[in-house]
Amino acid sequence: MRAPISWLRDLVRVPPGTTTEAIAERWTAAGLNVERIEHSGSDIAGPVVVGRVISLVEEPQKNGKTIRWCRVDVGPEHNDPASGVLPAGRGIVCGAHNFAVGDHVVVALPGAVLPGGFAIAARKTYGHVSDGMICAEDELGLGDDHTGIIVLPEVVDGHRLLLGEDALGVLRVRDEVIEADITPDTGYCLSLRGLARETGQAFGVSFDDPYARPVPPPRQEGYPVRVDDAGACPLFVALTVTGVDPAAPTPRWMAQRLALSGMRSISLSVDVTNYVMLESGQPMHAYDADRLRGPIVVRRAAAGETLMTLDDQQRALRPGEDLLICDDSGPIGLAGVMGGATTELGSATRNIVLEAACFDPVTIGRAFRAHKLPSEASKRFERGVDSALAHAAAHRAAQLLVDLGGGTLQPGETVVGGPQSMPSQRFRAALAGEILGAEVATDQVVSVLRASGCAVSLAEGVVTVTPPTWRRDLVDGYDYVEEVGRKIGFERIGSSVPVSPGGRGLTADQRARRSVIAALAAAGFVEVLTLPFVGDDDLTRLALPAGDERLGAVRLANPLADTQPYLRTTLLPGLFAAVNRNTSRSQDDLALFEIGSVFLARGPLPPAPMPDVTRRPNDQQVAALNAALPAQPRMLAGVITGDWLPATWNGPAQPAGWAHAIALAQTAAAAIGLHVQRRAGVRAPWHPGRCAELSVGGRVIGWAGELHPTVIAAEGLPARTAAVEIDLDALVGSAPRSGEIRPLSPWPLAKEDVALVVDAGTPSAEVEAALREGAGALLESIALFDIYTGPQVGEGRKSLAYALRFRAPDRTLTDAEASAARDAAVAVAAERCGAVLRG
Amino acid sequence: MSGPNTNYDPVQVSPLDDDHVQAMVDEALAAIAAARTTAELKAVRIAHSGDRSPLALANREIGALPPQARKDAGQRVGRARGLLGGAIAERQEALAAAELDAALIAETVDVTLPVALAPQGAVHPITAMMDMMCDVFLDLGWEIAEGPELEAEWLNFDALNFTPDHPARWLSDTLFVEPTQNHTLMRTHTSPVQARALLARDLPVYVVCPGKVYRADEYDATHLPVFHQLEGLVVDKGISMAHLKGSLDHLARSLFGDGVETRLRPHFFPFTEPSAEIDLKCFVCHGASVGDPDNPCRTCRSEGWIEWGGCGVVNPRVLASAGIDTEIYSGFAFGMGIDRTVMFRNSATDLRDFVEGDVRFSRSLMGDAR
Repeated sequence: MRAPISWLRDLVRVPPGTTTEAIAERWTAAGLNVERIEHSGSDIAGPVVVGRVISLVEEPQKNGKTIRWCRVDVGPEHNDPASGVLPAGRGIVCGAHNFAVGDHVVVALPGAVLPGGFAIAARKTYGHVSDGMICAEDELGLGDDHTGIIVLPEVVDGHRLLLGEDALGVLRVRDEVIEADITPDTGYCLSLRGLARETGQAFGVSFDDPYARPVPPPRQEGYPVRVDDAGACPLFVALTVTGVDPAAPTPRWMAQRLALSGMRSISLSVDVTNYVMLESGQPMHAYDADRLRGPIVVRRAAAGETLMTLDDQQRALRPGEDLLICDDSGPIGLAGVMGGATTELGSATRNIVLEAACFDPVTIGRAFRAHKLPSEASKRFERGVDSALAHAAAHRAAQLLVDLGGGTLQPGETVVGGPQSMPSQRFRAALAGEILGAEVATDQVVSVLRASGCAVSLAEGVVTVTPPTWRRDLVDGYDYVEEVGRKIGFERIGSSVPVSPGGRGLTADQRARRSVIAALAAAGFVEVLTLPFVGDDDLTRLALPAGDERLGAVRLANPLADTQPYLRTTLLPGLFAAVNRNTSRSQDDLALFEIGSVFLARGPLPPAPMPDVTRRPNDQQVAALNAALPAQPRMLAGVITGDWLPATWNGPAQPAGWAHAIALAQTAAAAIGLHVQRRAGVRAPWHPGRCAELSVGGRVIGWAGELHPTVIAAEGLPARTAAVEIDLDALVGSAPRSGEIRPLSPWPLAKEDVALVVDAGTPSAEVEAALREGAGALLESIALFDIYTGPQVGEGRKSLAYALRFRAPDRTLTDAEASAARDAAVAVAAERCGAVLRG
Repeated sequence: MSGPNTNYDPVQVSPLDDDHVQAMVDEALAAIAAARTTAELKAVRIAHSGDRSPLALANREIGALPPQARKDAGQRVGRARGLLGGAIAERQEALAAAELDAALIAETVDVTLPVALAPQGAVHPITAMMDMMCDVFLDLGWEIAEGPELEAEWLNFDALNFTPDHPARWLSDTLFVEPTQNHTLMRTHTSPVQARALLARDLPVYVVCPGKVYRADEYDATHLPVFHQLEGLVVDKGISMAHLKGSLDHLARSLFGDGVETRLRPHFFPFTEPSAEIDLKCFVCHGASVGDPDNPCRTCRSEGWIEWGGCGVVNPRVLASAGIDTEIYSGFAFGMGIDRTVMFRNSATDLRDFVEGDVRFSRSLMGDAR
């Protein structure tokens, strides 16, 4: 809402000396969110004066234009005496043609600076010295009209123009505008009247509402009106004004206020309805009375009806939904949204039917949204228009048409319905202080609410209050608490930290997730966040087999990009994009990870219920709410590419590979006391020979390894890029909740190394597991320290060398004991894996 | 020597006479002094004090001497050997010390060389800030509540007193899940977690709800369709807006320092009444940049105040939809963008950097929100 301050000051007398900035500050404190203050005309300097064209010569130019060489009388003070040319004046070249000799115009004289830093000087053009400029509206920052120069009547707003006088004063260019963002609950502040009321309250000065005029009882003395849906249209007022001069201009003061408010001046009749809407908050519509056919009817749309709206669009109406204004010819307007073309005011319209009505906010909100027709009217109706305003606003508009357009208000008026009754509420006066956390006296509660227009009575500490018709937002006790708070100022609210009964800190899962992230970052992995939307292309590139649950993506009804309509089922596409973004920026050595939810449809889901909001949903309803949601596991994924460590002074580069992907999973697991078991796995999008299936406690939680070369190619990733993705919720859920600290053995360690020859395809983990099992309880640790393939072990075979370390809890192991344990270990490996002790 | 030594065999005895021993000692001491390394000294020790050294050989001759002379010779040779042993030890210590010093100098390395066992890892600034904000409330005895990002419409809107026609439910504002008649959506705030907390937890409730939220919003330098929020909720007996202000002041001081100033500005939200926005007095310019175009402030864009989040007293209708007796309990709630907080606290200029995965962004705070 843009509020010209001169207008505001006409409506409420703020204390003398109050600046616009001070008003804005009070507005902000009262919840009117001030976006900016504009100083209209502050970018114009120097002489811009009223002149009169005393002669003009049309001079065709070679470029096809015809310019006018004018002599303009700009008053004795500004006329150029030196030239000696008579009659006195200045010679000015003008390109516009919408004026005649004798017209009053606005002249920017040399030395003037117009908006945009446009400095005016005497300059030679089209063979003349142009000694100034005749101004169009846009050149003065008065709007975007450049169809011609400004032609002023001899008398502007009751003032007979003087040649040479300051045109900016005449045009009322200099003003200030506060632009405020009005919250949905304060729709009454979408009017100068509402803002003036708030301003008066903020400064403690009284506000006399020019629209405080009771709605008379229903009557059909004017233009006939029938309202078929009183719920959607509780009040409809129609006044008829005849004999309005279609040529009557909009007075400058009105046009300027409209312009400062962000509306264009169109014609007197239209301008009057807009002016009254801005001032009062009551949207209005004017019909050409001679084009109306029969009585006005307010009803819902019937099937198949259409309407040509003022913007010349033929619109299909929603049967049973759209509220229409109709006459015998059918729909003539979409109520509260936009009028129809058939009854539009024309250049010859003299007789006008003014409509001022109150419409149901929900109906209007749905209509303008369905038809994509946001307007100044629908914006106000959606937030709720004062249900007692229509009659006063209609009369104000009619009076302006009488005063400014020479019209005659017909004596009969039509009133259908009446103001809505407002719900009263009772609450303890002490509630305000209790909820605000501030000292608020009972009489202050009463006085604030009365100043806000409420009817208030007080008995035994209980306030009974009825809001004014323009305050539909005041319903509950807490609404009144806020009203009191806003009006006494939130700065009165104290500050104290509430004392909690004591929390239990992070949950085990929350702590575990923090540990995982910290460990990964410490190990050299970089956390990134990516947007969780994917498209068919993203999933196709992963080459997922039919039936893979990652193909069961949840689709958004209104995706931000049609190419990515799904929620991610895997974090990998986002990470691949992040890799490509980094490599495109020459960051080639990458070890990225992300933690985030994925969304797995796993088949059709039941709809979520919409339980009654006035009471707690029962357990079945809560269960149904949850049952409507897809699985949303939190995943941990990583992509590693380039070099893990670059070549340095002390060694060659360490290329990143499948092992780093596995190490990521191991690091995450180790951070929360888990060991990841591995075996060869086959899973898209990994390389079938370089993919580890990862599990904890026998449960598969993910995969890691090098990506499939065709996926790498499709994604445009560097060769040998490795990736890992695990179900972090599952990992964290498997973490031990407590551990045991065993006594430390002080006895000596016995070392036994063994080299075992097995088939080349035997997983080392199997050999190690067999050794562990065979070695028994004396085994303290086992480590693979060498792998050999070659002629000494034969084709298709490999030698695995393990360092076994034995220790007893209670004694020094003898050589025999250690050897026996080693032999037992080798025996199990031989049995399980066909291992042969290398000679 | 005193007295006659008529029993001596002059030929055999001569090496053990005083002069001769002294000569051996002098020669040995000279050699010790001349040794410049511990290795040379070792050779000297073997030559002059070892088993085959002249003194050792002389010592062996002592037994052959007449008993009378044996004592003198023994003492003489013993003194000589002792003298040499001390000299060698002394020299050894000096040479060893010098050699160690030399070795240490020789072994000097450039300790400023780059050393990295692993690449530079990093925690994303959002994660770091989220943890930091949560920790402030954990320390106050609150807990962290979490919930799903794909949520039931009822929990995201209805339970929070959004009317059926509230604009936030439009497809232009909220990402709905197909089919829309299933009434599921991407949560637009973490408030459904608050609704869940009220349904699941015993009173009183003191929780913060961090997490991702979704809006059908632009993707540009100042808007993200997916961002992160921290919301707080307290429901207890006797809760007022002063407790809200106190909690936010505490958070503000924890993140921005003791001197930070806040204000509550009236606003509107369906789920709170009264509602407010919480503004921070600019912690960089402290408002000095307002109306001073020569000294602009990029943190508050010369507005003096920074809009931080929304807050208010929990609307009793919200409590009622969780079955809470609003005559006994009241509550407050607040919410702010974590991304936005990082943005103005750490001077980030483009929100897109938060979600594009450039490692330089993640590393820019070195894993710490600071």
